[in-house]
Amino acid sequence: MPAEQISELRKGNRLALSRVLSQIEAGTAKGDQALEALFPYTGQAHKIGITGPPGSGKSTLVNALARQLRALESHPKVAIIAVDPTSPFTGGAILGDRVRMQDLQGDKGIFIRSMASRGALGGLAAQTEMMSQAFDAAGYEYIIIETVGAGQSEVDIVNLAHTTIVVDVPGMGDDIQSIKAGILEIADILVVNKSDQLGADQSVKHLQNMIAMGYRGLRYAGGKHRLSATMPQKQDEPEPSGWIPPVLKTIAFDGTGVDKLAEEIFKHGKHLKETGLWTEKAEAAITETLRKLMISTLYKQWRQAMPEKELENIINQVLERNLHPHQAIQQLLSYNKNTKQ
Amino acid sequence: MPEKKIRVLVAKPGLDGHDRGAKVVARALRDDGMEVIYTGLRQTPEMIAEAALQEDVDVVGLSILSGAHNALVPQIIQELKANGQDNIVVFLGGIIPEDDIDGLLKQGVHKVYGPGTDTREVCKDIREAVSAEA
Repeated sequence: MPAEQISELRKGNRLALSRVLSQIEAGTAKGDQALEALFPYTGQAHKIGITGPPGSGKSTLVNALARQLRALESHPKVAIIAVDPTSPFTGGAILGDRVRMQDLQGDKGIFIRSMASRGALGGLAAQTEMMSQAFDAAGYEYIIIETVGAGQSEVDIVNLAHTTIVVDVPGMGDDIQSIKAGILEIADILVVNKSDQLGADQSVKHLQNMIAMGYRGLRYAGGKHRLSATMPQKQDEPEPSGWIPPVLKTIAFDGTGVDKLAEEIFKHGKHLKETGLWTEKAEAAITETLRKLMISTLYKQWRQAMPEKELENIINQVLERNLHPHQAIQQLLSYNKNTKQ
Repeated sequence: MPEKKIRVLVAKPGLDGHDRGAKVVARALRDDGMEVIYTGLRQTPEMIAEAALQEDVDVVGLSILSGAHNALVPQIIQELKANGQDNIVVFLGGIIPEDDIDGLLKQGVHKVYGPGTDTREVCKDIREAVSAEA
């Protein structure tokens, strides 16, 4: 990646940025070089994750939120990375999030990039984090990351975002859904979108109850019969972070409640910085990144050193039930060791 | 190294609201392993060029059934060039009278498709055009 392109990107050249993003997404050597050159300039942006089930209105909410952020006095630059699923059969994808973000398109302070998940599970693509670094270095103050329409366990976003927003809609299930482990647990802010629909207040109550169970002192509702009063004592009370996820109602389509959402995002950002959690999160994120890079690098190294024939031979042995996959792994590993000696 | 994915922007410029054709083509390209970014209806030339810039696509596919192709298509090609994206291959589909096709090709459209086109032909043309560009 020529130094000129990097300085163009830093100066705000959007084509340079867009091309760097493609290199990063493809995982090329040029992309890696760009990331290395840009890394010292990262760490400034507030990364906001938005996740929730398909059709809950994530894209529309992102649209409304980006508009709200741009209306701030400082007119911060806003980047949006929208991830949609790749077909497991053909490798193709239809990325349709822009359809809901049309009113952002005349604004040069907003950059929307669609991304296919390319086989990654967990709601993001493998390179989503790396792409967010390029936006960060290009001076985008807010980076909104919209995940694939998520079910119950696509929780990777929590390692990437400073503030995670989980979007729900009325009528998604009874209160047992809301106490399951998984996606609802990761929320820093919970949003009941489409809140003009029937059952919105009930959804809000379910979610508030779920949260109240985790915080003994908290009473959203229920007086002495409130759930939290009867829950077993937790080790630390209130939560060590001191942040209790608010439950908000929005109608993303017409922007109702989005001002309140933006306020909570600012509040959460401030909270993270004041409590030192901002740095702690960054540390956890770096640890996770290194772990993933290590796995993929070791795998690549192993794969390159492994002759096709030998691998096939061992696969066949497993196929014939002569070897269990556990034993096969041992053999594959020791094969590599032998060749090195 | 994963193979380079072909990224295609499928856009509906102008005022007609008939996007069945665009969606069928988008689906066919998806099934051929491409990444298709769909913009939605009623896009201006500026919006399309802007989306192409942000998404760094290899191909822009336009669908026009309003009869405004002679006005819209040259504007879009010009906007793409103004953004420095001369490398993008532009395809056009819709209701385009035969008399207009030559003029559009001269303006820089790679190929024009009418009703009844086999989507496999479109996929093949795109793959060939993109590999020629690379």
